[in-house]
Parts: sequence; C-alpha cells; structure tokens
Amino acid sequence: MFRKIFGSALLAGLIAGVVASALQHAFVVPVLVEAEAYETGDIVHFGGVSPADAAHDHGDMAAAHAHSHADAASAGFDWERFAFTTLATIVTFSGFGLMLVAGFALAERVGVAPRASVVGVLWGLAGFAAVQLAPAMGLAPELPGSAAAEMGARQTWWLGTILATAIGLALAALSRSPAIALAGIALIAAPHVIGAPHPDAFAGVAPPELSSLFAARSLGVGAIAWAVLGGLAGMFWTRDAQGEHHGGAAA
Amino acid sequence: MTTTTKTLSQTQTGTLAILAALALGAFLVFGAGLAQSAALHDAAHDTRHAIGFPCH
Repeated sequence: MFRKIFGSALLAGLIAGVVASALQHAFVVPVLVEAEAYETGDIVHFGGVSPADAAHDHGDMAAAHAHSHADAASAGFDWERFAFTTLATIVTFSGFGLMLVAGFALAERVGVAPRASVVGVLWGLAGFAAVQLAPAMGLAPELPGSAAAEMGARQTWWLGTILATAIGLALAALSRSPAIALAGIALIAAPHVIGAPHPDAFAGVAPPELSSLFAARSLGVGAIAWAVLGGLAGMFWTRDAQGEHHGGAAA
Repeated sequence: MTTTTKTLSQTQTGTLAILAALALGAFLVFGAGLAQSAALHDAAHDTRHAIGFPCH
C-alpha cells in the first residue's frame, strides 16, 4: 500500500510539477516580474534583479554566462530564480499528488476510487477547484504590490475554504444520498457566504491590467497542471490496482 | 498466512500509508507554500504567487 500510494503520487506530482513550472515560466512569472517593477518601497526579492530585464530577456540562454550568485543583477536571465521556482513548484505538486492519491485510497474503501485516468482528471480538477479556484473567488491570486487584508486572516479564510470545498465536493460527488450531497454543496458555499477578508481600501501599486492578466493565467495554468496531476495519478493508481488483481502483492 | 490475517494487516498498513501520505503531502505544500522562513519564502516566492497562496 505504501509503494502504491507513494509511487503513484510522487511520479504524478513530479511530472505535473514539471508541466506546471514550464507553464508558470511561460505565462505567469513574466507578469509577476513586470509587476515587481511597479512595487515601490517594498521588499526587493532576489537581490535586486532588474525586473524589466528579467521580463524581456526571458529565455535568453546566452545571458547565463554572465550569471554569478553574488551578482544576480548582472544576468539578463535569473537562473537562480528559475531553479528555485521550478523546485518549489515540483515540491508543491508532489505534496498535492500525495494528498490526492491519499484521497483515492480513502475512496477505494467505499468503492469509489478512480478506475480510469479520465476519472483521475476529474479528481484533479476537483483538487484545482478546492485549492485554487474556490479560494480565488474570495482572494484573487495576488501580484506583488497588490493591496490585501492582514495575512493571518487571509490564510485562515484560505485554508478554511480549501477544506470546506474539498470535503463538500467529496460529499456532493461521491455520496449516493441527496441529503448528504446537498450538505456538501452548502459546505462549498459557506466560505463565500461568510466572505473573504478584504482591505478597507484598495491602494495596490500593481496595474489592474497586469493583475487581471496574472489572475487569469494563474488559474489557467493551475487547471492544466491539476488535470495532468489527476490524470497521471489516476492512470498509475489504476495500473497498480490491475497489477494487484493479477496476483501482485500490495507493498 | 490465512486470508483473514492478510486482509486485516493490509487494512492497517493501508490506514498508516494514507495518513503518512496526507501528512507528507501537507508538509511539502505548507513548507513550499506557507512557511514564514525567509529562505523558504524567497525560494518559493514565484510559486506561491502563481498558485495563489496568501504569501505576504
């Protein structure tokens, strides 16, 4: 069982993480880096690399020769930032994969685990809805330099929304009782009835055009990456289950 | 090994494996996504924004 859960989850998480970080580097990071140029009087991330250069020289391989750890600002393309972002995204999606496949294993006990990769894709999209889409409806994905309420309150609402949406979706989608399904839908709605914490006034320095582009791309990239994660995890899980059926022992 | 023992031990291993996967998964996501350590924050900064974690 250990090998089945961790094998499926980590391999799917690794591949989905690579896909997610490639899409992030192509669509999300350039917007983020451009927004940092507008962010004044705030923390300077990554040793003061010129955001404008990083945005426009994105993908310039030759610039790598000028790079050194002490002087990241001189490089047109920040390999350190690229590497850390890639690593952090792979780690994050490996974590998502472990929790998604733990969900498969729990669902298997009541006979509703995915038995095809296409069902895995639906699980992945449910994960996307719980972890990214539902929280984004209250707290939009934030550019550096956006105005927001106090972080503790946001994190509490964010985490509560993820849990409520995940449990609510599981009840609504997997239960055969209409009453429990309705309770699941109510649970999904609850965080939005309560409402997300917002600042008293909006005074962010990030341009609204960039912010909306960032939010849309962040959600689009997330949806694709979660679908890949769920589809692969479902495929590996189904394959392992068939292996067990043909006499392979669960580890 | 009788069928009964095998099923029982598999169920127990299963519960442990599920809990371990949930715990490690949560640890990885919180470490990359929410931990307030400056080093982790800087390294995971773009990922946090891209996935929509409430970061700072």
